[in-house]
Amino acid sequence: MGVTSKLGDLGIVTVRLEDTVNWARTRAMWPMLFGLACCAIEMMSTQASVYDLSRFGMELMRPSPRQSDLMIVAGRVTRKMAPVLRQLYDQMPDPKWVISMGDCASCGGVFNNYAIVQGVDEIVPVDVYIAGCPPRPEQLIHGIITLHERVKQERITDWA
Amino acid sequence: MSGLQDSVWAGDIQQLKGLVSERALSGETIVLNMGPQHPSTHGVLRLMLELDGEVVVNCVPDIGYLHTGIEKNMEAKRYEQAITMTDRMDYLNPLGNNLVYCLAIEKIIDLDVPPRAQYLRVLLAELTRINSHLVWLGTHALDIGAMSMFLYCFREREKLLDIFEMVSGQRMMSTYFRPGGLWRDVPEEFEPAVRDFISYFPARIDDYERLLTDNPLWLDRTQGIGFLSAQDAIALGCTGPTLRGSGVNWDIRKAIPYSSYEHFEFDVPLGQHGDVYDRYLIRVEEMRQSLRIVQQAMDNLPGGPVRSNDRKYVPPPRSELGTSMEAVIHHFKLWTEGFRPPEGEVYVRVESPRGELGCYLISDGSPKPWRVHFRTPSLIHLSALPHMAKGYLIADLVGIIGTVDIVLGDADR
Amino acid sequence: MLDPVEALTGAFPKAVEDAQEFRGEITVIVDADSIVEVCRYCRDAKGLEYNFLSDVAGVDYYPQEPRFAVSYHLYSMVHNRSLRLKVYLSGDEPALPSVTGVFPAANWSEREIYDLFGVVFTGHPDLRRLLMPDGWDGHPLRKDYPLGYETVQFSFNFDEVDKHKPYARE
Repeated sequence: MGVTSKLGDLGIVTVRLEDTVNWARTRAMWPMLFGLACCAIEMMSTQASVYDLSRFGMELMRPSPRQSDLMIVAGRVTRKMAPVLRQLYDQMPDPKWVISMGDCASCGGVFNNYAIVQGVDEIVPVDVYIAGCPPRPEQLIHGIITLHERVKQERITDWA
Repeated sequence: MSGLQDSVWAGDIQQLKGLVSERALSGETIVLNMGPQHPSTHGVLRLMLELDGEVVVNCVPDIGYLHTGIEKNMEAKRYEQAITMTDRMDYLNPLGNNLVYCLAIEKIIDLDVPPRAQYLRVLLAELTRINSHLVWLGTHALDIGAMSMFLYCFREREKLLDIFEMVSGQRMMSTYFRPGGLWRDVPEEFEPAVRDFISYFPARIDDYERLLTDNPLWLDRTQGIGFLSAQDAIALGCTGPTLRGSGVNWDIRKAIPYSSYEHFEFDVPLGQHGDVYDRYLIRVEEMRQSLRIVQQAMDNLPGGPVRSNDRKYVPPPRSELGTSMEAVIHHFKLWTEGFRPPEGEVYVRVESPRGELGCYLISDGSPKPWRVHFRTPSLIHLSALPHMAKGYLIADLVGIIGTVDIVLGDADR
Repeated sequence: MLDPVEALTGAFPKAVEDAQEFRGEITVIVDADSIVEVCRYCRDAKGLEYNFLSDVAGVDYYPQEPRFAVSYHLYSMVHNRSLRLKVYLSGDEPALPSVTGVFPAANWSEREIYDLFGVVFTGHPDLRRLLMPDGWDGHPLRKDYPLGYETVQFSFNFDEVDKHKPYARE
């Protein structure tokens, strides 16, 4: 993170502002407790004992969109659910990110029919797509780390 | 921030007539929306609740937020291709869905299944039942406030998922059962893994029971709520642990045995009161009984092929393709055109972890099914939910939703 | 224990139109107007006692006429056997009486058939759409309703599909 000590042993460190903010955002990114279908079960596995998502500061799933930073769209999004999903996204405070977990959320998957939205990116802007039906917990963790890498690249000039 | 106008329901209150009582129209009781995004609705269930203080006067479920069009989509696919769809219906019981669909196809074409395949089907279906009950127990306890159960249950579940991955290559959506048998035989490591699980798991069930069964908090939250009498349960179409919790001894594995369940010895646990606690006890006991069946299936596993030899419907083994012209032709025909069952209609039922899972299959003699309909236990149990929830506190509603063990993918299809 | 076909033809000579057997499953084809009486008789008659309604399912036989069918799968916990009652309905304005008065389990199944096939169940206590949104146009499981296929995006047609694909904004 480029921590440098310039003033000897006075206990003061100087860092770049955007690095600190990005560090804080990635280390406590709270996902919304939002399960739709099969992928939600794998999302629960990811949080549970074997895969333990709390290693990444994400053990706290927030049931309320007002308290969450990250929406993991875990499962197929139907035409009936789509307005609800968009409303939940609008209720989340900035900054917010979206992970599209699984084939159904990313592109419709095997369900190319009247009921399923062919890709959740038609409704909310997606940052990271995860393939798999359903993706393994390792894949979800990889997707989350990919998102963290992305967030670390953000610059102050982009926030304005 | 949006104004107050957005959060006040703009609809006509007269629309609610018939759904809620007259008292709601005068404002004496309040109408509250719960879901579809709510942590304890096990997915995307929406409930419209009419509350008198904290007491639930009326409960109107609204489903369809996960309606996937699976039945319509299966009509557009060939029989064999459509198996992948069934996995994703009840996603806690993928092998059970495969099983009911394959049994329906086998019944409609009168196809034989070798004994080894039947035993392996029973074995894997029972492991799936344990898997499903583990997820149920973990989430049900989590809803009521016992967080650690969730962690324990998912720890054991990973072992089962490893077994499913070993046989099929996928943790959850395995598509392992095919018409006429299985996709392929189980690998060598299968038996040690299952035996390991059989020796490991009983002590874990004891752990769960030590944590919950006599726990005063658990008893307070589960005893005496969500009553369902035996007559009501039958009239409302309840099956599985929900029906047996009310004391009706009806298990499809015993009543109409399929896939050689008649060769296995197991008990069917029954409840006495028909409340949430009884259904908890039944599911925990069912895990023990499932383990007994797994043990018997493993001990008496017959040898031989795992797929029928009827080449009109079942693809030939891979090894024959290099030596037999006939095998190549059959393989080519099956994977390009599919098979053509005779015209007719069948209804097959199996005991899924949630209850009666039925498959109504109509064939018109073409390679694609004319109509596939699944009778799913979650849908029928959800329709019984208002009957069980009325008159209890809103805090108990969470336990009542948990006890019917709904999977919205199963209900909405 | 009575034979269901004999008992039903004896009790309802006009309503029972046909009876078939396929793979050991008995199907009795019943006239639409008398389905409620037939169901009540099946449930209550001594020797039949089909006390459990497993399932109600709709079928669309388009373009045949009669176009629609509704199948009732009854099961007797007393005698451990099942029976299928089937009702055929014409293509324009299909309607039949609801059996919710006899079997409350039929409530949501009938709503589902109403939603997905457009078959009206007269006398149903709460006939609304069950699965699709309220304002949905058409009945998806009818054979003349399109599956709703969208072109799949591969590398060779990526740009072409991408042009028409809607993307959400912030």
